[in-house]
Amino acid sequence: MLTLLTVAGSLDHKRDSQVLLHVSGLMTGNDGSKRMQLTGAEIVIRCLQEEKVEHVFGYPGGSVLFIYDEMFKQDQVKHILVRHEQAAVHAADAYSRSSNKIGVCMVTSGPGVTNAVTGIATAYMDSIPLVIITGQVPTAYIGQDAFQEADTVGITRPCVKHNFLVKDVKDLAVTIKKAFYLAKTGRPGPVLVDIPKDVTIHKTEFHYPKTVAMRSYNPVVKGHTGQIKKAVQLLLDAKRPMIYTGGGVILSDAGDKLTKLTRMLGYPITQTLMGLGAYPATDRQFLGMLGMHGTYEANMAMQECDVLVAIGARFDDRVIGNPDHFGKVARKIIHVDIDPSSISKRVRVDVPIVGNVPDVLDEIVKQLEASEGKPDAKHLASWWKQIEEWRKKDSLKYKMGSDLIMPQYVVEKLYEITGGDAFVTSDVGQHQMWAAQYYKFDKPRRWINSGGLGTMGFGLPAAMGVRFANPKAQVACITGEGSIQMNIQELSTCKQFHLPVKILCLNNGYLGMVRQWQQMFHGNRYAESYVDALPDFVKLAEAYGHVGIRATKPADVEPALKEAFVKHKNELVFLDFLTDKTANVFPMIAAGKGLSEMILAEEL
Amino acid sequence: MRHIISILIENESGALSRVSGLFSARGYNIDSLTVAPTEDPSLSRMTIVSIGSDDIIEQITKQLNKLIDIVKVVDLSEAAHIERELMLVKVRATGKDREEMKRVADIFRAHIIDVTESSYVIELTGNGAKLDAFLDAIDRSLILETVRTGVCGIGRGDRILKV
Repeated sequence: MLTLLTVAGSLDHKRDSQVLLHVSGLMTGNDGSKRMQLTGAEIVIRCLQEEKVEHVFGYPGGSVLFIYDEMFKQDQVKHILVRHEQAAVHAADAYSRSSNKIGVCMVTSGPGVTNAVTGIATAYMDSIPLVIITGQVPTAYIGQDAFQEADTVGITRPCVKHNFLVKDVKDLAVTIKKAFYLAKTGRPGPVLVDIPKDVTIHKTEFHYPKTVAMRSYNPVVKGHTGQIKKAVQLLLDAKRPMIYTGGGVILSDAGDKLTKLTRMLGYPITQTLMGLGAYPATDRQFLGMLGMHGTYEANMAMQECDVLVAIGARFDDRVIGNPDHFGKVARKIIHVDIDPSSISKRVRVDVPIVGNVPDVLDEIVKQLEASEGKPDAKHLASWWKQIEEWRKKDSLKYKMGSDLIMPQYVVEKLYEITGGDAFVTSDVGQHQMWAAQYYKFDKPRRWINSGGLGTMGFGLPAAMGVRFANPKAQVACITGEGSIQMNIQELSTCKQFHLPVKILCLNNGYLGMVRQWQQMFHGNRYAESYVDALPDFVKLAEAYGHVGIRATKPADVEPALKEAFVKHKNELVFLDFLTDKTANVFPMIAAGKGLSEMILAEEL
Repeated sequence: MRHIISILIENESGALSRVSGLFSARGYNIDSLTVAPTEDPSLSRMTIVSIGSDDIIEQITKQLNKLIDIVKVVDLSEAAHIERELMLVKVRATGKDREEMKRVADIFRAHIIDVTESSYVIELTGNGAKLDAFLDAIDRSLILETVRTGVCGIGRGDRILKV
């Protein structure tokens, strides 16, 4: 067999796969006994049981009635009833982010699916492994504009890793197996299985394959040894080295390996919004988050380094700003990523390494240990001296009087009171950036936010998902009065399932990030960013059966947090912090500007 | 630059829309696209002609490889290859035009595959330039209808795209 060119050596993973679909390890013995005929609905539940799924987040409806009926008849798989399908997907998503299990959700056809799309797109942008099971109108009705019909496969195609429409009950079990396999392997992502109602009634024998292989899907694992050798040499020859890591390190559970490598080299490290926690934020080698709202030292070091190793990160526009400005400084770039299409997408890379992050890190460490070379101590010392100069700018400092609560202060106090050990979810906007800047995450999977898509309404359902995956953990949702109202109905779900999450609403009465941009770039014209007619959040929390606390001055902050985390430890507490309406997030790189063109707080 | 990308893809419903959807979502250009099942009915072969810089074509091939249904992707234009396109032209063929049309068709090694009292359907294969040249060579006012398949291509010699 001769293969025509492969696009690049690293893309060779689709070769040598001869098997159409190799299915092995059937569930029952080889005694030839006639297996039971199960309905499609029974098969769905059996598959979830086989996958050891403990929680399914969902919302019932006409097309999934038979599946819910089977769900009802067993108690191994627990169903969490949310109040809106978007929340089901966010909860499953955060369940996965905080545990490394696959999140599972189930919704009905038509509006069930369209409501779920925002959640699916959120998970897709951040590469979160989910399996979404959706009901569909009966096969004979498809295409006839039936009640609650939507082209689910078509609508979700651009925001899933893959999706399936199961037209024959005989294909159901193997399709669900494939969905779980695809979601978790390679670059993870959401996979959707659309099941018409008649398929859930039809019967067939149930075989759940233990493994699947697909000739069209063979993700790489190990990085190319020769490329890694080149990378190691570049790292050792560096005068101004920099390590830059992203969500890929978290998703592949490679935090320990990253920490080992970073300490071994003694090089500075920065992380993206998605990467926080992979390396301990309290360590001296950590320069803070980089990017649009990154620290001065992280952005300067990123710009000025001569050798950059990027690991599980993708040079996002919010991270490096203008790629042309970034490219003005000559530096060698090593890029480790499981997805070849992330490499050389926005910046040219000198040493691409396609592979699974932990495997590649192991190999780098192995080669470093075997190497006789050592990092150049003299150059490294002067590089650190420069970095410490940048660090002295103290770019996250802020001023606070005794009248107005500064939002940054609330996050700092939360960090103190939770001992830096809470799971923190957030929505999207200023509060998200303050949470990322001021809560020092020392462990991976503790910081749960919608980085890629930037989905308001993510935080509260995410906190629910985190709590199901980590039933004893402290869970805080940092949000704003704008975002929280995008999924506030989930307060009801929290009541039903006794979820004692703490909601910290940094309430400044504005869509803060929009207001900040309008102030800086639109001549103080605050178009539609003032949120009028806010509800009384304390009363609202109480109406849902929770505890509400309001804090209006700096001295209230600590007592309010203590009351929430100590006195009301086992209850959901909605903390409404009325904060300084004028506070802005700094440092800031304006859209289209370069990394070293930051605006600092003191400059305004 | 013009590139010819050849794809082997699982022959499943919706596979074509995954590919065309990728091109529109990421703003890539499609000049032409042809697709049909191969000798192995579980696989389809697709040929896409796209115009873009080397960086864009590299991204296109990487993004295509990422689609779960795609088994193999090859940029045919990176080495020796053959490309062909099929065109059917219906022309008015009456009076002296009838003989002239037959003559031009012969020169282009085209075939007349349907004949009525007043028209021909002419079948012509070749690369795009040859098809264009044929249209230029005949009297345009006689053209009733044209249909072209878009390019399909194959590597020369030992370059084989197969599972």
